[in-house]
Amino acid sequence: MYKYDEYDQQMVDTRVEEFRDQVRRRLSGELTEDQFKPLRLQNGLYLQLHAYMLRVAVPYGTLNSTQMKLLGDIADKYDRGYGHFTTRQNIQYNWIKLEDTPDILAELAKVEMHAIQTSGNCIRNISSDQFAGAAADEIIDPRPYAELLRQWSSFHPEFLVLPRKFKIAVIASEKDRAAMRLHDIGIKMVRNDAGEIGAQFYAGGGMGRTPMIAPLIRDFVPLNQLITFAEACLRVYNRYGRRDNKYKARIKILVHELGRDEYVRQVEEEFAHLLTQPIEPPLAELERIKAHFTGPDFEQGLSDELDLRDPDFRLWVGRNTTAHKVPGYVIATVSLKPVGGIPGDASADQIRLMAQLGRDYSFDELRVTHAQNIVLPHVRKADLYTVWKALDEAGLGTANLDTLGDIIACPGLDYCSLANARSIPVAQKISERFGSAEKQAEIGELKLKISGCINACGHHHAGHIGILGVDKKGLENYQLLFGGSEGADTSLAKIIGPGFTEDGVVDAIEKATQVYLANKQGEERFLDTYRRIGMDPFKEAIYG
Amino acid sequence: MKILTGNDLKTGAVVWWTGVGWSLDVNESSDVGDHGAAIIAREEGAQNVFASYVVDAEKTADGVRPAHIKERIRALGPTVRPDLTLKPADPDAINWVI
Repeated sequence: MYKYDEYDQQMVDTRVEEFRDQVRRRLSGELTEDQFKPLRLQNGLYLQLHAYMLRVAVPYGTLNSTQMKLLGDIADKYDRGYGHFTTRQNIQYNWIKLEDTPDILAELAKVEMHAIQTSGNCIRNISSDQFAGAAADEIIDPRPYAELLRQWSSFHPEFLVLPRKFKIAVIASEKDRAAMRLHDIGIKMVRNDAGEIGAQFYAGGGMGRTPMIAPLIRDFVPLNQLITFAEACLRVYNRYGRRDNKYKARIKILVHELGRDEYVRQVEEEFAHLLTQPIEPPLAELERIKAHFTGPDFEQGLSDELDLRDPDFRLWVGRNTTAHKVPGYVIATVSLKPVGGIPGDASADQIRLMAQLGRDYSFDELRVTHAQNIVLPHVRKADLYTVWKALDEAGLGTANLDTLGDIIACPGLDYCSLANARSIPVAQKISERFGSAEKQAEIGELKLKISGCINACGHHHAGHIGILGVDKKGLENYQLLFGGSEGADTSLAKIIGPGFTEDGVVDAIEKATQVYLANKQGEERFLDTYRRIGMDPFKEAIYG
Repeated sequence: MKILTGNDLKTGAVVWWTGVGWSLDVNESSDVGDHGAAIIAREEGAQNVFASYVVDAEKTADGVRPAHIKERIRALGPTVRPDLTLKPADPDAINWVI
């Protein structure tokens, strides 16, 4: 994985000391909160419901065991013994003290991490496929391109004050595991007819209060024009994106209002202009970055056999592992969704255990997924049982990936100052009702996502079943949506009718699963059946 | 009644105006009546508390209860982590929020 050079390290170290001085001036009263707020936000420090919250960037979700261990240590030393992995492949701590923040950032900098651009109207942490570099179905590892984009976008002076925040995802396989088309810019690395690698650009996607699926902007951008084209996309947005209304300021609104064709015309015009300017980094720089992603020294000729006599292990292997590109290896996803647990939360001890397993059994690599789980990307099949036993003993062995127990949930009103309703208790009740192995086997793949407000951090628009918490005259109320997807067949979920109480929404989901099971044909997933039979049978069962 | 809340500058902790200072315990809140804005201006000037605002609440037999669930969660702590609330030993504390 990428290693900082002296420039990267100096940038981050300098930023830490700059923020240390800003904190000092705030605590001494030299800076008011109005003056300090944008400075702390630029360093990932929010004010949430109970305290300051620090969001730490995990670029494209990749980290090594030293970094992961430190995330656990920070949870113990500066927080309350746990961290929360987010839908942006980051981690956030909920109980941070302002006076500790510079020391935390200094410790992060020592392991090449930071909290820069995890807030504010800038280009945020670049996200990617959590199986990058390991997946059997990828055409190339997307992370070098994500890293190039990270370096281009970090402290980019033109794009530090955009009309609104800006999120980019990079993938390199047909199976989209990063919700690519629900980003401001989605990039899919592709191979053209001549066998050359390039980038397919999508722009104007997003969730939030106005969900949009990003249209295709350009089918193929050569690698030696990647940054220039991204710059053109951003420039048009930065020039014409609305700044008068924050709810209409995202690029999706601009692309929608201009129309895809007009946006493309303006981008192409800007792109042609930028090609006359020497802004593209030399390909040698991309090659320098790629050298960090050559992949581990995999053993060859390993057996693909697994001893599956332990039934619990067999269940976990069936649910939580994915084919690796190298025979004898497997990708293992660690679910942070135990039955009745808090989605995405992990204790300091659990974080350190995963770090240790990453070090000992996954070539020192781990990944954070946007579904709030952790991946050990390169596990020898011969080691898999040992790894699972260690995970299981620590409460991390739940076999529920992509089932009703594997819920994406934002922190909701339990932690978030923007939320209108609690998300986590709903997730807990659903997981308790549907989390048994028998229920999961019966219902199969069903991706459920919960947001506690219209900002949609819990990705409810993209859930096969989505739940949106709203405030109804001071009471929590939950709207139910069906039919969303974030994969290669991206679709937006639709509200099925009036909302429910917390218990009522769980009952409604039970009725929906009964409709699915009664109508399912062959190997259909819930989403397939819903798409075939439509919403009416579900509405009838739920609202009678 | 109207009560005043904010966050401690150093720790970010939720605090409530008692009439003479700030407390972690919402039950120590005093009714600020129409004086909320003036108290906020004075207290934020002192730079110990920030992001302060006035909240509707009622005085009950059990103490001061903010009108909105968001403020009750702020007053107690996350309902999904009773161990991290201000009343970790009280199994009924969450009912006060809901």
